[in-house]
Amino acid sequence: MIISNTQEIPGKTIVEFFGVVTGSTVRAKHIGRDIMAGLKNVIGGELTGYTELLSEARGEAMRRMSYQAESMGANAIVNVRFATSSVAQGAAELFAYGTAVTVE
Amino acid sequence: MEFLSYAITPVMLLGAWISGRIIERRHLKNLLLLESGSHGVLAVTIEDLPPDWQVESCELVMGNVVISLDYFKRVAASIKGIFGGNIRVFEPLLERARREALIRMKGVAHAHGYDTIINVRIETAALARGRSDGKGIAGVEILAFGTAISYSKDQRSSGTP
Repeated sequence: MIISNTQEIPGKTIVEFFGVVTGSTVRAKHIGRDIMAGLKNVIGGELTGYTELLSEARGEAMRRMSYQAESMGANAIVNVRFATSSVAQGAAELFAYGTAVTVE
Repeated sequence: MEFLSYAITPVMLLGAWISGRIIERRHLKNLLLLESGSHGVLAVTIEDLPPDWQVESCELVMGNVVISLDYFKRVAASIKGIFGGNIRVFEPLLERARREALIRMKGVAHAHGYDTIINVRIETAALARGRSDGKGIAGVEILAFGTAISYSKDQRSSGTP
């Protein structure tokens, strides 16, 4: 599965479109991480636990998206976009979407 | 015991201010070091490639960072919020985070053997807004992503026009 955020896959031509594919995960914060984050919220700095959590979650959303594209019979996803929204206090939705295509 | 609750806020403010300054200094120094190396990866926001570039492979790469806003900055911003205007305490913070996210993205591309990233996009998302009284978790995520490519220049088409 080739994934790209460009209009087309560089160096390849699109032969078939399958439509929009999406993948999302909603993650809540881990309590252990939250205590550290509470401290970091006073002194400032990077919330390393959250950085990892979100990149893991985004990876999961992308896996779901490519699984959907695979089941349609596509071999690539173009024009991938990401969206993040905090649905509730302490939970965030990571959403990835793109267009499933076949390239040659 | 009651004076304690009055004393704790200025102490926290001062502590947050000092720690914020220390973290900022250290981070800026670190960023300069990383950027001067920067793995020699070229990142551009354009999507179209010169026609003589033969792309061999591509991959989506990204780098993210979640930063917290320290107590001093949040209080300063909420005071500034009454009068309006630039909230100057946040500007260097977000700039640092963006530079960090770009460096991480370039690092991923380099580790996977690519030296060019096209169509770079940077997104900012407020994760959970802190409560108005300055409590609660406030964090901002910066995500930088783009398509890493490896290419070779086609000699035939780049020669005589």
